[in-house]
Amino acid sequence: MNSSEGVGQKESAIFACFKTELEAFSLDVNLWLPAKGVTALFGHSGSGKTTLLRCIAGLHQAKGDLKINGECWQSAGFFLPVHKRPLAYVFQEASLFPHLSVRRNLEYGYRRVPEGERQVTFEQAVAWLGLGEMLTRMPDKLSGGERQRVAIARALLTSPRLLLMDEPLSALDHNSKQEIMPYLERLHEVLSIPVLYVTHSPEEVARLADHLVVLDAGRVVASGELSETLASLDLPVKLGENAGVVLKATVSELDDEWHLCCASFPGGELWLPNEGFQLDQPIRLRVLARDVSVALSKHEDQSMLNVLPAVVESVSENDRPGAVMVKLDLNAAEGEALGCTSMLARLTARSVDKLQLVPGKSAWVQVKSVAVLE
Amino acid sequence: MEFDWQPVWLTLKLAGFTTLTLMFIGTPIAWWLARTSHWLKQPVAAVVALPLVLPPTVLGFYLLLLLGPQGVVGQITQSLGLGTLPFTFAGLVVASVFYSLPFVVQPLQNAFEAMGERMLEVAATLRASPWDRFMTVAVPLARPGFMTAAVLAFAHTIGEFGVVLMIGGNIPGETKVLSVAIYDHVETLEYDQAHLLAGGMLLFSFVILLTLYLINGRLNKGVR
Repeated sequence: MNSSEGVGQKESAIFACFKTELEAFSLDVNLWLPAKGVTALFGHSGSGKTTLLRCIAGLHQAKGDLKINGECWQSAGFFLPVHKRPLAYVFQEASLFPHLSVRRNLEYGYRRVPEGERQVTFEQAVAWLGLGEMLTRMPDKLSGGERQRVAIARALLTSPRLLLMDEPLSALDHNSKQEIMPYLERLHEVLSIPVLYVTHSPEEVARLADHLVVLDAGRVVASGELSETLASLDLPVKLGENAGVVLKATVSELDDEWHLCCASFPGGELWLPNEGFQLDQPIRLRVLARDVSVALSKHEDQSMLNVLPAVVESVSENDRPGAVMVKLDLNAAEGEALGCTSMLARLTARSVDKLQLVPGKSAWVQVKSVAVLE
Repeated sequence: MEFDWQPVWLTLKLAGFTTLTLMFIGTPIAWWLARTSHWLKQPVAAVVALPLVLPPTVLGFYLLLLLGPQGVVGQITQSLGLGTLPFTFAGLVVASVFYSLPFVVQPLQNAFEAMGERMLEVAATLRASPWDRFMTVAVPLARPGFMTAAVLAFAHTIGEFGVVLMIGGNIPGETKVLSVAIYDHVETLEYDQAHLLAGGMLLFSFVILLTLYLINGRLNKGVR
């Protein structure tokens, strides 16, 4: 399955096509990826996501083609060596050079980039990742989270045109993860280069990604814009308990009396507790399929705050017997032409039968809980 | 009793030259052995390790034939106007290089293998060319291995006897090294002289090995 990006954008995009036989599985992918924003490569261990990233970096030699913004990095009979590719790679473990201080680690890549090609200054990288205090320390005197921040800064200092991150948070404990996450979210804003982010965490996908590629057994099973891909019905199976949608919304109204705020997105709005949000602030919301229920009529005499009109788009069997995943379109009920927002609801097969939920049927979506991601 | 320093200086000179040559020859061999999966890896490793198990006389015997006037290498050196190598200092260096090769290659190979692939991959993504990666990452990380290799090569060369007798003989100032001098003294019943040299060597060997273990202990703590 290929990306849904338009044909006209192909010049400024990443084209990756690889075929390789490995011991446990074979990798066979053919992808178009957008040239900006964060693309999450999502899958379980052994799905080939890290191998794909290593192929793109040139660390793993596989047969294939690779073009970054029209520039060829690999094709039949041509292979640009790793050190000549303008990319940066952040490994799962921080992998700092143990014999060099933090400053010398940061300078390692920086010095090897010609002065004219440097886009990021040493001071900028140090400031972005908050490393000012630790420049003279040796890597073994840093915590796991600090090491990973140094590794990210070291990677950025090569002024890459493509940033590859291989589960940069998975080796860290919960606190270190929370420490790094804000830096990653900020990178998103300060960097104009594409980021490929390998992860098996639905949480990280929801918080960081703009574009989602789902890999399974070395094949691409889905690729597309985040909200769209999350809402597609063949995918939730892979996400299991974490199936749900991510909404990019803006705060449109504040209700000081009840400490609530209203988040608007194309096709609807949701009320949620106001945790100090400002008007017009962009926020990311995550609604899990298990937190959504469906009714055929709107009841005023119930406690649910968020009840939205919708139309059933499709219904599919879930991974568990007796459970059914229903995809509902919110905008269709309001008759809006633009902006498609879908919701997923995980219901029992009996309820679906009782309510006779079939594509095209109007219904009310009841949202039990909403998580704010940033 | 007059002490003859000549064999001592000659021995140190031989060990110095041999160690230096071995570092240049042994490093690429160890690097290749540590990283290749070529079918020749095991045969080459076995050849390098041969001096560990062969009696020095066997090694010396074949080197003598090879380097002698009728040998392949001997013919080449003669046609180049260099004469033949046996019974010269240069010949001793060549023989010692072969004899001590495993003592350099094995610690280096272990150090390179223990280092793993990851740090070199990191360096590659930070724009370092293969040579750059080797010099700035592999060599510093393998520093304990280099220390061990150099000290073992030096100490092992000082202690050799059989190979020297076979290929160098006993020419004062040219090939008469410590071990041979001790043998001579014992043969002629000059036990005082033999004691001085033998005791000196015992002490020297102990000090050098102790230094090696102390330094490696510290380096390992510092780096890992």
